[in-house]
Amino acid sequence: LRSTTHYEIPKRALSLHIPDHFVTDLIMFASALRTALPTSRRFAGLSIQGSKRTLATVELSVRDAINAALDEEMERDDGVYIIGEEVAQYQGAYKVTKGLYQKYGDKRVIDTPITEMGFTGLAIGSSFKGCRPIVEFMTINFAMQAIDQIVNSAAKQYYMSGGTLSCPIVFRGPNGNSAGVAAQHSQCFASWYSHCPGLKVVMPYDCEDYKGLTKAAIRDENPVMILEHELMYGVTMPLSDEAQDKDFVIPIGKAKTQLEGTDVSVITFGKNVGLALEAAEVMATKGVSVEVINLRSLRPLDLDAILATAKKTGRVVTLESGWPQNGIGAEIAAILMETDAFNYLDAPMERVTGADIPMPYALELENAALPQLSDVIAAIERTTYRKLAA
Amino acid sequence: MLSSIYRATTRLSSTKWLATTTRGMASDSATFDLTGSFETYNLDNAPNNTIEATRDDLMHKFKTMYTMRRMEITCDNEYKAKNIRGFCHLYDGQEAVAMGIQSALTQEDSWITSYRCHCTALLRGGTVSRVVGELFARANGYSKGKGGSMHFYNKEHNFYGGAGIVGAQVPVGTGLAFANKYHAAPGEPMNVAIACYGDGAANQGQIWESANMASLWKLPMIFCIENNQYGMGTSIDRHSSHSDYYQMGNHIPGIRIDGMNVLAVQEGMRFVRDFTSNGNGPMYVEMMTYRYHGHSMSDPGTTYRNREEIAFTRSTRDPLEFIKKTLVDAGFADAEELKSIEKQIRKEVQAEVLKAKEWPHPEKESMFKDIFTKDGTSDSQEFPPFIRMPDYEKSFYAPN
Repeated sequence: LRSTTHYEIPKRALSLHIPDHFVTDLIMFASALRTALPTSRRFAGLSIQGSKRTLATVELSVRDAINAALDEEMERDDGVYIIGEEVAQYQGAYKVTKGLYQKYGDKRVIDTPITEMGFTGLAIGSSFKGCRPIVEFMTINFAMQAIDQIVNSAAKQYYMSGGTLSCPIVFRGPNGNSAGVAAQHSQCFASWYSHCPGLKVVMPYDCEDYKGLTKAAIRDENPVMILEHELMYGVTMPLSDEAQDKDFVIPIGKAKTQLEGTDVSVITFGKNVGLALEAAEVMATKGVSVEVINLRSLRPLDLDAILATAKKTGRVVTLESGWPQNGIGAEIAAILMETDAFNYLDAPMERVTGADIPMPYALELENAALPQLSDVIAAIERTTYRKLAA
Repeated sequence: MLSSIYRATTRLSSTKWLATTTRGMASDSATFDLTGSFETYNLDNAPNNTIEATRDDLMHKFKTMYTMRRMEITCDNEYKAKNIRGFCHLYDGQEAVAMGIQSALTQEDSWITSYRCHCTALLRGGTVSRVVGELFARANGYSKGKGGSMHFYNKEHNFYGGAGIVGAQVPVGTGLAFANKYHAAPGEPMNVAIACYGDGAANQGQIWESANMASLWKLPMIFCIENNQYGMGTSIDRHSSHSDYYQMGNHIPGIRIDGMNVLAVQEGMRFVRDFTSNGNGPMYVEMMTYRYHGHSMSDPGTTYRNREEIAFTRSTRDPLEFIKKTLVDAGFADAEELKSIEKQIRKEVQAEVLKAKEWPHPEKESMFKDIFTKDGTSDSQEFPPFIRMPDYEKSFYAPN
């Protein structure tokens, strides 16, 4: 299937960091296919021949999706820079910023000393004067060192200045549990940050979410916290044609119906969307149609989506890995109580959360402290009266 | 307590009235002696020992500083009359520091300070009515009545607050310096940034964090300690194991300036600005100053220091008396003229206060504004879709 024609690698594909030869091979294959089958150009969904959308759905890792978003936004706007520990020469502690230092240099990809409070305040100050920083926290646990700056210098700034000083900054990093990193490195901060007015908080699930929400966050004129998940970085997922576009952004504040269903709504966010989808598959075999809502945005919460799904199915299960008290599930429960969605409920809401303990180290204990498939299924079965509550 | 003031005064002997003044060629400018106003650390050079100033400039300084003084005294009275709520941290006694900094820096240089910010807000594009109006919680106040005493900002004049959390303004100020460097052409002089903070804040870890980065990346940053001898109610003897704050940057050069002498502050800051603007990295500046009021209006200021000390400072080191004496000694004005100017300014400040009292309080709807911005321009609004209120039924839904 080799062709002698030289194909120019579309720039967009490069920015996704797909190896050059892969792109060339794919184009050549598609071209050969087109030659062999002289029917519609859109054979098998492949659109070729020099148009901007030369590729259809591609598979890439979440890490690469974030990288692409960062790269595209840095290219688009000179004021965007990345600051954090090991983001430059080390290529990123989790390799999310790989290649960016080589491309953009010292001025725009900046390694910091291990001083979160200092560099977070510094980034916030720079955002008041024409810069658009992206602050990477090696994990969101370390952002706690800088939480005063995040909340008091960034989130509240526009309000207490009466609309004078705005803060176009992005905070991002891996949040929540990892694998055996124990108590101090496993906390989920969804509840803490989504508590604060003036801050936007997003929690992506798949490649499309990561790419679209990261771009939206960088373009947003307000402080945005992106809670990523370390265990998702290496996961390969499809990225649609539409989502590959350089201007593809997902609006912050809107949830996505990840899976449509009729019997029970599982409302969740982040990595747990995957768990909810798994549970939906299992419940489908038992004749229960599960609707999965991917919140995407924790602040602002998509109230309309939450109410719509609750009214549609009448049964709600929330799913999160963070601690239960004052968590996102608690907030959704309150929403269901105080709105007219209450009248549509056929069963009490169920919450599936992380265990109310600091994260232990041993594997069995860590697994027991986090929601597993069986936990989600148990909650779904209780709320659909397939199983009586204990 | 008195001993620490003595220590400060004997080290910086320019608190003695000017020994000599010489008239320049033009009869409206003179040269003033600043010997003893500066102590340097890790520096080969130092600010000049003299400064030339015109009559107009000195009069401007006097009038501005006197306005600052009257404004702060007014705040005291209004607070006691319960027209001002919450915290109120007054700057009287420290006027020379802000005035000197303003004289040496340009409007393009960024300035951030602590909660003791009324006078800085006034200098950077403010008016007495807007400052006092904010304290009265009026809609035409500096932050539309939503900020209060600690939260003044003026982006156009590069004034970034007004910060309530002790020390937090310093990394933010370092970021302003970072932005100045980011946007400057490489190798060209840069606009500088200055963060003012007190001796009480000086031991905060985040200050060293910022200084470390400023030094590593050669940022045009000025770390300015306004040493008024007390962190709230704790004297420097009791809160600092090492109180030579201008030396706290380790290798970073520092300078200590007599903060009661506005001309010394100006000349010192000129030197500092020159240094930091030209890619030499940051500098620490310690201003030796004093506040007459307590830490805030809820602090009488006498439980941890004695009245003799306050009276002594007022009679020997007052920055306003200093500038007045400078004007008189140089033959630029006589005592009568200065008295009448003071009377005039008292009237003006009163008028501004009355004007502010006429302004309306913010409308209820303003509480839902300014949570998010739409495009980053002043007042642009992006409403959250839903804002819950204490009574759920009164909750706010964003207009479509």
